[in-house]
Amino acid sequence: MSATPTLEHPAPAPAPEDPNRIRGNSVRPGDRIFRGVTRGAGILVLLIMGAIGAFLLWKAIPALRVNTVNFFTYQKWSPDNTPAKFGIAAMAFGTVVCAVIAMILAVPVGYGIALFTAHYAPRRIAAMLGYVIDLLAAVPSIIFGLWGLNYLMPRSYGLMQWLNDHLGFIPIFDNRLGVYSRSIMIASIVLAIMILPTVSAISREVFVQVPRAHVEAALALGATRWEMIRTAVIPYGRSGMISAAMLGLGRALGETIAVALLLSASFTISSHLTEPGGITISAAIALLFNESGAIGIGALIAAGLVLFVITLLVNMIARLIIERRRDFSGAN
Amino acid sequence: MSATIAPPGPPAPSPDAMESLSGRRLPRWAPWAVLVVAAALALLLAAFTAVSGRAGTSLVGIGLFIALQSGWSFAVEGRRHAIDRFATTLIYSSFVIAMIPLVAILVSVVVNGIKAFTPYFLLHSMRNVDPRGTGGGEYHAIIGTIEVVGMAAIIGIPIGILVAIYLVEYGNRSRLARLISFFVDVMTGVPSIVAGLFVYTFLVLTLGFQQSGLAGALSLSILVIPIVVRSSEEMLKLVPTELRESSYALGVPKYRTIMRIVVPTALPGMITGAMLAISRVTGETAPLLLTMFLTQSINTNPLTGPQATLPTFIWDQILNGTDASTNRAWAAALTLILFVMILNIVARLLARLSRVK
Repeated sequence: MSATPTLEHPAPAPAPEDPNRIRGNSVRPGDRIFRGVTRGAGILVLLIMGAIGAFLLWKAIPALRVNTVNFFTYQKWSPDNTPAKFGIAAMAFGTVVCAVIAMILAVPVGYGIALFTAHYAPRRIAAMLGYVIDLLAAVPSIIFGLWGLNYLMPRSYGLMQWLNDHLGFIPIFDNRLGVYSRSIMIASIVLAIMILPTVSAISREVFVQVPRAHVEAALALGATRWEMIRTAVIPYGRSGMISAAMLGLGRALGETIAVALLLSASFTISSHLTEPGGITISAAIALLFNESGAIGIGALIAAGLVLFVITLLVNMIARLIIERRRDFSGAN
Repeated sequence: MSATIAPPGPPAPSPDAMESLSGRRLPRWAPWAVLVVAAALALLLAAFTAVSGRAGTSLVGIGLFIALQSGWSFAVEGRRHAIDRFATTLIYSSFVIAMIPLVAILVSVVVNGIKAFTPYFLLHSMRNVDPRGTGGGEYHAIIGTIEVVGMAAIIGIPIGILVAIYLVEYGNRSRLARLISFFVDVMTGVPSIVAGLFVYTFLVLTLGFQQSGLAGALSLSILVIPIVVRSSEEMLKLVPTELRESSYALGVPKYRTIMRIVVPTALPGMITGAMLAISRVTGETAPLLLTMFLTQSINTNPLTGPQATLPTFIWDQILNGTDASTNRAWAAALTLILFVMILNIVARLLARLSRVK
């Protein structure tokens, strides 16, 4: 139990006298240092998460102090005026509406892709199709913005007009201006494409974990493939599907650049979603940051803090759902 | 199945009875036939009625396909199989729907980007170039991207790997390890702009530094860490326990076991994960706008002053709003996407090559 000839150590460890060492539980200084370093890196992650909240709060307070209107209900944004007036109502509305529409569009399709790659596609090409979807995830946000602005938006006018003509009695499709560019609706469509890989990758992960026995039992009882999906795959994967949707929501809430390019940055709340308008928290930060004064930056930090808290909550709930499933599913 | 069960009486069922066991089914070519009919009908409608446009025609076609196939199936096979075919169609079409934007994006980036994508464009900066006119290039942005992403990798990857080692080798599902693991997951969901905002408040507002490439790299490393942790963790978990145990049995200390046995075994996978993480943040724009701003000139020093990167260059060129600047944006987008795709493909090739061994 002294030197280890099979491993080429530059300096073999000295022979231990304490029999406890055999367990691999360390008492050696090198071990203690290494453990300390890795543990420190882990704690650093916690510190970063804590510091994000703490620093944003700290630097937001001075701006919030001089604000003369209600931060949560006021719609306009003029923090560098005297008196300073700014509120996140319009931004929060845009953020939530964009994210929700993106979810409504992307989640069913994402589940469909996940089911397709997990249970429909021939096994040999399923992995390749997974790569292709990953490729969609690798496309940078700014390119989605550029493409959305120059390619998709001009091609969407027909659809928007059709929605206005036939479904115009619903306020969100009603367009009073006849102008269809830079609307919340088009931003949401691009967002939906962007969160598609997130939703499909995570729900696919749970769909492929469905025990083979459940699947085969359903098929053996004469279920069609869809009945097998409905009775074996979906009940098993339900919590994973929910958290996939929520992680997609988290991504949609925080997405910045594509949305900033596609919205026309007007700080008003309007239910006419195909008309130009809308702003989200993240888009406002990106668009206004470098032209803001001290109070303006503080105000944007306050808005960023709100975004951080919302995405944190959404992500935590999603992760807790997954964790709970892991604990109780009895898989593995 | 809705089929009649063969009566128990006769010992050897006739071929007809076997047939009835599986129920009446549509022929195998049915979906293709319906597809052709639906497409033909849709084209006819497009020619003679108000249906118009590529998107409109294909929507009508898909609707016709679903209706015809479900109807036929319902008549021949019954309700359950009709529903099955309906669901199958929806699931297949959801995949096709996802393919359309991917192909459209790649095609439009290549087609539009190739116009201004010249050696001159790659090797010159925008210094003293009219931002609304033609000319100029992205050299300064390429330099900035390589420097910033390189620094983010140098900062983020080691930390991520260390955290992964802690979680797998030392954590033992202790309370601290589970807390860290949970927050790593939550950290993957931190919006990139919040990471940029945090680095700005910390470095610029609190410590008094300027906006610089280093600040940008720090904000990117916040985004890199959780991705690296997750992927390295998966790889470390794949290392067989027997390998660790045989090393312990030979008296090798734990830290040496990790550094000499565990990490080298998992290394190819960890490199792949790290490269994917890097390719993911290469396209980040928002945090860089906040932390390093942008410039039209070459700045090779990441420690002082603003630097341009490819994403912020594209952003700037889009906002300039002229045809010439939009062409520059497309060309830079092509560069960026090549950059990201090459990183991605190399990473996956590495993964595949190392798996064969």
